[in-house]
Amino acid sequence: MDPRMKTDSPVAAARAETASPIVIAARKLDLTFQTNDGPVLALRDVNLTVNRGDFVSFIGPSGCGKTTFLRVVGALEHPTGGEITVNGMTPDEARRARAYGYVFQAAGLYPWRTIAKNIKLPLEIMGYSKDDQERQVERVLKLVDLEGFGNKFPWQLSGGMQQRASIARALAFDADILLMDEPFGALDEIVRDHLNEQLLALWARTGKTIGFVTHSIPEAVYLSTRIVVMSPRPGRITDVIESTLPRERPLEIRDTPEFLAIAHRVREGLRAGHAYDE
Amino acid sequence: MTSELRPDAAPARHPTPAGSRMLPILRSVVPVFVVLAAIAALWYTALVPMNIRESLTQAERAGAVVDPPNAIERRDANAIGLVLKNPAYIADTLRQDRPRLPGPDQVWRELWATTGAMVLEGKGLSKRSLLYHAWVTLSATVLGFAIGTVGGIALAVGIVHSRVMNMAIMPWAIASQTIPILAIAPMIIVVLNSIGVTGLLPKALISAYLCFFPVTVGMVKGLRSPDAMQLDLLHTYGASRAQTFWKLRWPSSMPYFFTSMKIGMAAALVGAIVGEMPTGAVRGLGARLLAGSYYGQTVQIWSALFAAALLAAVLVGIIGALQTVTLKRMGMSQ
Repeated sequence: MDPRMKTDSPVAAARAETASPIVIAARKLDLTFQTNDGPVLALRDVNLTVNRGDFVSFIGPSGCGKTTFLRVVGALEHPTGGEITVNGMTPDEARRARAYGYVFQAAGLYPWRTIAKNIKLPLEIMGYSKDDQERQVERVLKLVDLEGFGNKFPWQLSGGMQQRASIARALAFDADILLMDEPFGALDEIVRDHLNEQLLALWARTGKTIGFVTHSIPEAVYLSTRIVVMSPRPGRITDVIESTLPRERPLEIRDTPEFLAIAHRVREGLRAGHAYDE
Repeated sequence: MTSELRPDAAPARHPTPAGSRMLPILRSVVPVFVVLAAIAALWYTALVPMNIRESLTQAERAGAVVDPPNAIERRDANAIGLVLKNPAYIADTLRQDRPRLPGPDQVWRELWATTGAMVLEGKGLSKRSLLYHAWVTLSATVLGFAIGTVGGIALAVGIVHSRVMNMAIMPWAIASQTIPILAIAPMIIVVLNSIGVTGLLPKALISAYLCFFPVTVGMVKGLRSPDAMQLDLLHTYGASRAQTFWKLRWPSSMPYFFTSMKIGMAAALVGAIVGEMPTGAVRGLGARLLAGSYYGQTVQIWSALFAAALLAAVLVGIIGALQTVTLKRMGMSQ
């Protein structure tokens, strides 16, 4: 059995934290896309370190490079300059070492597979035994509160449940890092609140490091231990805000002065980056 | 959103259009009959003027007086005018042995006489039976369809996975379809015959030649249908090309696959019929068509045509049924 499975227990998570605290380290990262209209500076001089167990949100308007940065971490894009390491490896090596699970904006569940079979998809590809597959499916369905839905097909679930199933799929192979690219962007506010709460609970239980791309200031402030504010043309980091909120966060925390102060600073950061100029 | 779980029932049915109070079965049967009746009406309307000269010639030979009495004058006269001047002979136009255009009833009688009636006599597969000829054409069609479909899929897989094949194969595939099949069919038969390949295979190859193209085009589209996000997801799992193919591309292509197969099947049947023509018209529906035109047996031509149409309908219907069952089981039915 995979020894990393034990990271679900707080003890193991604590032990993991003592190993090496830095999970993602980017230094002078540049990424230029060559397009027909000339080069586009998607990322310019991005410096960032993410520690184990952090919940880091990336916020900024379209084109600020927040998704691109996440894709670089996930080895879906390759930087044209600078360095980036994930768990001390290149992103490609980290991908092959199954260091992270990726959650996209759309759930992207296969309509021809049941929820359980969808969650087994990465496990099948990675060659888990049938018994391990069953065990992992049961475990992650519990984590996302979808017990008993394993035999349903995606169309039988609501959008929020589908997105939870896709999070379960990303958790199935026990990666330490969860990369989430606007996972709740297509959902309505009520479902979103609910999922945010659940995501925090899941993060507390598993001790994973989470990179989370969002458009929403309240969502970023509510979820994160650190908020990375970015701005476009060229895509760059304008501010990194350490959250002073406690790790335990009921939804009501969003009405406290502390929360509003952080939200204010994020908004200021976005404005300072001329993020709203058009 | 009050409840997160949608009802477990079957996919939502479209509401009945307002004002439609018919039984469901009638709703589908009535339009079919309206179209059939329109075709029959058009057919009989065309039939009378097309056959009137022959009817008048026969009546004249039998000693009757027709208007105009002179055959040459009748030849130059307007057909509809002839019908109006000789209404007594309209019924005759429906009863000729070798009409220019046989009536649907005559075609139906011929169809029955060469199929059902012969089966009842126990001669269902004699060489005079249309069932025998349909069977000959069917076997070439099915073999050609199998070759064309497998070949078409193989080409599509190559095109999707290899940039070189994409650029090298596609132009040839398109060019192959611009050559009239009637021109190339005799050459295929002759060339294969000269190297000793005769019988079913040459016809099946002509069939496959027509059939592979829609399958290739459809499957290229289908295998490319997964979006970038789906491919990225598999990339993050470190999936191999083979895994990506079997777990994502192939299942995603199923709706395209069945649609391509329907077109491919119809094309395969046309190919088999065309392939039967240059062989000297001995066996098969194509042979019946050709023999009918040699001997002016229009009723035979039309009955062979209808047999081919029925055969195509049945074959495409089978694929349609497979499509419904498969996509439903895959949760991909619309």
